[in-house]
Amino acid sequence: MTYELPDLPYDYDALEPAIDARIMELHHDKHHQGYVDGANSALEKLQSMREGGDFGDIKGVERNLAFNLSGHVNHTVFWRNMSPDGGGEPGGELADAIEERFGSFDGFKRHFSEAAKGVEGSGWGMLLYDHLGDQMIVGIAENHQNQTPQGTTPLLVLDVWEHAYYLQYENNRGEYVDNFWDVVNWDDVAQRYDDCKGRTIQ
Amino acid sequence: MSQELPPLPYDYDALEPSISEQVLTWHHDTHHQGYVNGWNSAEETLAENRESGDFGSSGSAIRNVTHNGCGHILHDLFWQNMGPEGGDEPTGALADRIEEDFGSYDAWKGEFEAAAKNASGWALLVYDSFSNQLRNLVVDKHDQGALWGSHPILALDVWEHSYYYDYGPARGDFIDAFFEVVDWEEPSRRYEQAVEIFE
Ligand SMILES: [Fe+2]
Ligand SMILES: [Fe+2]
Repeated sequence: MTYELPDLPYDYDALEPAIDARIMELHHDKHHQGYVDGANSALEKLQSMREGGDFGDIKGVERNLAFNLSGHVNHTVFWRNMSPDGGGEPGGELADAIEERFGSFDGFKRHFSEAAKGVEGSGWGMLLYDHLGDQMIVGIAENHQNQTPQGTTPLLVLDVWEHAYYLQYENNRGEYVDNFWDVVNWDDVAQRYDDCKGRTIQ
Repeated sequence: MSQELPPLPYDYDALEPSISEQVLTWHHDTHHQGYVNGWNSAEETLAENRESGDFGSSGSAIRNVTHNGCGHILHDLFWQNMGPEGGDEPTGALADRIEEDFGSYDAWKGEFEAAAKNASGWALLVYDSFSNQLRNLVVDKHDQGALWGSHPILALDVWEHSYYYDYGPARGDFIDAFFEVVDWEEPSRRYEQAVEIFE
């Protein structure tokens, strides 16, 4: 299959004032598109390698696939994780699970925020579903794919690449992370949690 | 020893229009300062742990030395390998060596630009003291992609904080603009120093 850039589920300016329209436009149209193109081009190269039998640059192409496809996955989830009607706290089963796992919603929020603020360089703060432990964990991805545990599915992700906030927040990543909570779409996160729960790997 | 942030060797607006006064101010005063602080604070943790004999946090503090130390070292060079009078090609012994090791200045530059486009951190021209030759490196963050025994000669910061405010996603334009202000005096000095020590 060929990967395609999904439309944003809202207008560029819909997340203001948390994230301004200019950032959303560049972020979705240029950066995310770039990852989609990069993932497709890596897949094409792999196919011609199989056809031609010359696997000379296999390592570089697999690296490009991991980077760009992870970029595509993370951004796809990220857009849906946010909504102009977002904010507040989760309800239902997700709320109970967060409380059980992290002690309290505030405890989770603090953990996730510190992880996102603490990413060295470009990367992501992530709430992940760990399919081996059948439980949620908070993780960090450097770039899009490094230092993330295997066997996990992203439930809630926050892009802390400088392209995600610099034009609006300048070097104040902390303020950006704090404002992110105002636009979190907990319905989407709950749906993802529901899809993952009980799906374990042995 | 405690690390300190050296002042920029020129005014904050000296590299305009390649790099705006605003970007240079943030970059030097907050980002670079952050690496200096991070390095010092990691050293303090290590010293305390050595004193108390509890080494629980030493592994992660050593990582912090690498991350912040490399950040400080590379920014320190980056500021010095640019200047308001820059924009020329290298001359003298370094120019000869670039031609010898890369075939031509243009071949070196093409490869260095490819490194800058590929990196999530830095493109570096280094003197590799193991093979006794110049080479380009692709660096993620400040330290991933290092080659042991290599000494940075010329550094280009391609973290987004380095250009995003001025250029948006157009990193290629920033790389072109870097060559309008590149200053080869410090790289030449470092190259000659490396040759003296290692050859
Ligand atoms: Fe992004
Ligand atoms: Fe930098």
